[in-house]
Amino acid sequence: MNVTLTVNGEPRTAEGVRVHENLLHLLRARLGLTGAKNACEQGECGSCTVRMDGRAVCACLVPAGQAEGADIRTVEGLAGEDRLSATQACFLRAGAVQCGFCTPGLLMSLGELLDEDPDPGEDVVRERIAGNLCRCTGYQKIVEAARLAASRPPGA
Amino acid sequence: MAHLRPRSWGEALALRAAHPEAVPVSGGTDLMVRMNLAGHRPAALLDLSAVPGLAEWSDRSAWIRVGPAMTYTAMVRDLAEHAPALARASRGVGSPQIRNRGTIGGNLGTASPAGDCHPALLATRATIEVESVRGERLLPAREFYLGPRRSMLAPDELIKGVLIPKATAPQEFAKVGARNAMVIAVGSFALALHADEQRVGTGIGSAAPTPVIAGAAERYLDAELADGDYWEKRRPLPDVVHRRFAELVVTAADPIDDIRSTAAYRRHALGVLAYRALRWCWTDFLKGWR
Repeated sequence: MNVTLTVNGEPRTAEGVRVHENLLHLLRARLGLTGAKNACEQGECGSCTVRMDGRAVCACLVPAGQAEGADIRTVEGLAGEDRLSATQACFLRAGAVQCGFCTPGLLMSLGELLDEDPDPGEDVVRERIAGNLCRCTGYQKIVEAARLAASRPPGA
Repeated sequence: MAHLRPRSWGEALALRAAHPEAVPVSGGTDLMVRMNLAGHRPAALLDLSAVPGLAEWSDRSAWIRVGPAMTYTAMVRDLAEHAPALARASRGVGSPQIRNRGTIGGNLGTASPAGDCHPALLATRATIEVESVRGERLLPAREFYLGPRRSMLAPDELIKGVLIPKATAPQEFAKVGARNAMVIAVGSFALALHADEQRVGTGIGSAAPTPVIAGAAERYLDAELADGDYWEKRRPLPDVVHRRFAELVVTAADPIDDIRSTAAYRRHALGVLAYRALRWCWTDFLKGWR
C-alpha cells in the first residue's frame, strides 16, 4: 500500500508499504530519515520517539498504515537551516549528549513536555522521560538540559 | 495481509463481520510488539483509528461512558474525579509514549491478566458495551474475562464503550513492579468503596489466569462495615479488619512462578497492596471525601 503523510511539514508518500510494517521502518528505510533510532522494537527504550499529531509516540509501535494522513515530526525537523533548536542547544551546553543514540528520542519527548508546560519541575521532567533509556549519562545532565531549556525566554 | 481502515462505526462492524480473522487495532502498543518481535502476522488489521468519536467520554448522570479509543493519557487527565481507580491505573501504564497510544478498548480486547485497567473495572463493577452487525450486548466486567487473553468478545464483535458508575467514595489502585515506569505488573489491586450502596468492590491483576475479584474479602468487609455501622458513623476501622481483609484477598489469587516473579512473592505483595488500599481508602473516607 501507499502511505501519504506529512513529515516535518512536507507532504511525503511512501510506496509499497507492507501491512505489518511500523512507522519507524517507514521513516528510516522508505523516507531515509534515520534520526529516529531503532533499538528494542517493543516500546521499551524510546529511542524511536517521534511526534504524531503532536503526541510523543514510539514509532516502532505505530502500524505504518495508521500514519496515513498523520502529521509526523522527527528530530530532523527541529533545527533550522544553520541553527539548532533551543532544546538541542541546551543539550550541548549541559553535556547531555554522550553516544547520542537516545538523544533524538529524548528531544522529541521533551518537546511534547515543553509545549504543554514551558517550565516543568525536575520531577515532571524525570517522569516524562521515564520511557527513554540512556545508558551513558545517568540522566542527570539530560534533566539539567531540560531545565535549562525551560528557563530560557520564549524564542531564545 | 490487508490493512482495513473503516471511516465509520457501521463500516467497522461490517468489516468485522466480513473478516473475523482480522485483528482489531487501535493504539497498537501490544499488537505491534508481537508483530515486530515474534513474527506475528495476522491475516488482516482492522484499524479503528479513523473511526470518529471513539476516543471521547461522556457524563451519563450516575455513570460515565468511556469510548474504547480513549488513551491512558486522556484517562489520567479526564477521569480522576469520576473513575479515580481507573485514572490511577492509567497513570502507571508503560511510559508517556505508551500512554499516548494505548487505549482502554485495547486493554479489554487483549484481556491480558496483567492489563492495568481490569482491576479498576472489576472493583467499580463496570459494564462493557460490545456490538456486532447482530446487535449490541452489555457485558458486566465481572463476567468478561474467560482466560489468558480470552474474553466474552465474539469474533464478529467490537468493543463500543465502557460504562463505569461514578465514584461516590474513595477508590485506590496499586501495583508492584521492578520500577515505577515500563513494568508489566507483578501484582496489582484495586479497591472501590461504593458509599451509596454501602458495599465495596475489589479487583486483582497478574495473580491468576484472568483478572479476578476477591469475593470472600468483599463479603467479609461488607459485613464488618454494616455490623459496626461504619458507613454512617464514619469511624476508624480496626487494624484487625484490614489484616483479615488482606488475608482474604490473597486467597482469591492463583498466581504462578514466571519470569517476573514467584507465586509466593505475588501472594505476599498482593496482601500488602490490599492492606494499604483499604487503609488509604478508609482514611480518605474519614476525611470526608465528598
